[in-house]
Amino acid sequence: MFGILGKSLSTGVVTENYPATLPEISSRARGKPEIDWANWRDARPATAICPTGAISFQDANGQRTAQINLSKCIFCGLCAEVDKAIRITNIRECAARRREDLVTGASYSLKPDGSHEKMISPPAIQRSGDSTIQNNEPLETLGQQIKSRADKIFGRSLHIRQVDAGSCNGCEVEIVNLNSPVYDIERFGIHFVASPRHADMLLVTGPVTRNMELALKKTYDAMPDPRLVVAVGACGCSGGIFGQNYATCGGVDSVISVDVYVPGCPPNPHALLHGILLAMGRIPPKH
Amino acid sequence: MNVLPEMLPALDDLKKRFADRFDAVHLPRANEIYIHAKMDLVAGFTAYLYHRWQARLVSLFADDARESSGAFHLYYVFALDAAGGFIILRVPVAADKPEFASLTNAIPAVSWQEREVQDLFGLKLIGHPNPHRCALHDDWPEVFPLRKDFDLRTKLPPFQGERHKFRTVEGEGVFHVPVGPVHAGIIEPGHFLFSVAGEPVLYLQLRLFYTHKGTEKLFENLPVQHCVRLAESISGDSSFAHATAFCHAIERAANVEAPPRAKFLRSICLELERLYNHIADIGAICTDVAFVTANMHCMRLKERVLRVNESLTGNRLLRGMACPGGVRFDFDAEQIKSLSQLVAELRPEFDSIVQIIDGSSSTLDRLETTGVLKPQVARDFGVVGIAGRASGFDHDLRRDFPHAAYDQVKVCVPVYQAGDVKHRMQIRIDEVRESFSLIEQFLAKLPDGEVRVEVGELPADATALGYVEGWRGEIFHWIRTAPGNRLARCKVKDPSLQNWPVLSEAIQGNIIPDFPVVNKSFNLSYSGTDR
Repeated sequence: MFGILGKSLSTGVVTENYPATLPEISSRARGKPEIDWANWRDARPATAICPTGAISFQDANGQRTAQINLSKCIFCGLCAEVDKAIRITNIRECAARRREDLVTGASYSLKPDGSHEKMISPPAIQRSGDSTIQNNEPLETLGQQIKSRADKIFGRSLHIRQVDAGSCNGCEVEIVNLNSPVYDIERFGIHFVASPRHADMLLVTGPVTRNMELALKKTYDAMPDPRLVVAVGACGCSGGIFGQNYATCGGVDSVISVDVYVPGCPPNPHALLHGILLAMGRIPPKH
Repeated sequence: MNVLPEMLPALDDLKKRFADRFDAVHLPRANEIYIHAKMDLVAGFTAYLYHRWQARLVSLFADDARESSGAFHLYYVFALDAAGGFIILRVPVAADKPEFASLTNAIPAVSWQEREVQDLFGLKLIGHPNPHRCALHDDWPEVFPLRKDFDLRTKLPPFQGERHKFRTVEGEGVFHVPVGPVHAGIIEPGHFLFSVAGEPVLYLQLRLFYTHKGTEKLFENLPVQHCVRLAESISGDSSFAHATAFCHAIERAANVEAPPRAKFLRSICLELERLYNHIADIGAICTDVAFVTANMHCMRLKERVLRVNESLTGNRLLRGMACPGGVRFDFDAEQIKSLSQLVAELRPEFDSIVQIIDGSSSTLDRLETTGVLKPQVARDFGVVGIAGRASGFDHDLRRDFPHAAYDQVKVCVPVYQAGDVKHRMQIRIDEVRESFSLIEQFLAKLPDGEVRVEVGELPADATALGYVEGWRGEIFHWIRTAPGNRLARCKVKDPSLQNWPVLSEAIQGNIIPDFPVVNKSFNLSYSGTDR
């Protein structure tokens, strides 16, 4: 008994103050790749080496549209090895409210040898159907109002139910760490609960397998409204390296609607916290 | 290729005894012998190897070779631990008569693997005591995903009908407790059906494969350079071990050897993976018997290891480090210093935590004699890794089949006979200390030089077995290559697949509230099993 107390006292407080103070991160840590869009000359090598198809391009009418999709990226850094215009940063907090917000692309004029040159349109988030969003402006505003009301409800304390819908358990290793004394997620009033009926948020990992599809839907249905869903990891955001196949449905949003996407393979505890706090409205979204 | 001298007596003996029934013998590598024969030889050959040469059947799988040889092939991989080599028996299964004889009655250890072959290849099992579906759930349509004529991207219609057909357990006062697939904690999905009379568990039925992701099929569809990243996603907590086993198979198929420094760095990373998982498990076992303080200390140490992992390899789970032909990143002087520092700091910290656990009689009381796996049962089920060693099964690939740089050090393998939760934890405690010592030895002997050699294009139709002792137990990757630097088959054998069925044995007679701690003491990977 005294031994236990003595050990705790001599250890002291190990909890971080994230996000108020940002922790020191190893310069070797691999985070999101950054492309020097203006000087990018050829998207082909990076596209070929990317194991998940996060970097891709399309050629049409003498133009090339090349893009990077963070929802698929596993931060392996292979693209930076073959392309000088790509740099691997150590930024891991990339969570976004919309999957399209994780896709950035630019257009170039295509050269006969297959490389590209002059940038025609600068890097931009690749939102699909921008015109329809404009037409539905009032609906969008209404959505925002509901969102901010929900943020108020969730902004104080939050109960999370975690569901592994098919992950490799890499994301679970990091989610478990949120309960460690170093990250101590309970200091935000956030608590992992055993039942979806007690939960405000569903934290879902994995490409949703066909075998977990029904269980995920039922878990979601068992939650009381209002509820949040956070998709975790490259697989949760997009299906990752598995994509869609005979045994998987793809990302979490192919089965239930998702409020926040947390890229990474696996996202580290800071990235997870960032995503959860973003969903709660305790971190303002970038866009 | 010259055969490993230790393997010669066994090979000569087998030739003498069965020569007229062998179709061919191939010796692609010193410790990997292929014998081609007919199906009717399997039972006798297996029995002889088991009794005469103390072999173990470590992997059983199929390969759809109808295109090249007009038949399916079944492979039986035997490990001869004392000799340090593998004998791989290959038998054809005719495409027009897709069935094979079960070995499960003689060797219960292969039950799930045989059923998996039946599910994924549509080869009917003859004589299996429980020939029901295993890898595919009962509500799946009649499809055989690992056959070549099945497309990976097939979109199956919504599943109808009952998901699982359970065996009935009846009797006065018997009731059932279904648990999962979504569990109460932050763990992977699986379904457990407890049949209980009063408090003690009479019978536990496991239904896994909820996280079946078509991984083995996907290997056949990806270019080889992408497959390493897929291997990292077989079981996240064993990312490096799986990726290294895969690279080992690739290197053996290409007849390339990783440079010495790369082998040392691989070994160091394998030990780091062992460290963070073992430390986390020790803490989690304590949590499951309500001694949370110990877990908090363990999680603190685990975090320390994960951060060093990140400073060494760029990823906390060591992802992105493995590559065929060596490793991707070298360690500089500063990184090596941080690694020595980690060991120096962790050693006393770890000892003090073990002291706290050992000083808590209420914790030990819950762990001792709980979830006992008897050595005889463990042997019958071929239980491997930490769970096997806690039940008297004295095997460790690091010592018996030295891979990476394990031939450069002496690996002490702890073995206990008790087989309870306490001793599965004790194995981890001993292995953590051994890992500290191994990392120091590797650092002391770390050679200079390259960390990666070019592997080049793989020869077509080559087969190779890669293996690694991961923290959980032995991992095997068997590959057959296809033209154009692709794979025709990649069989992944995670130790979890071998160990899961025995959980039903270990829990019998225990009470349901002890199930979490018993399960945690095995800590098997669902994803590694389901793939």
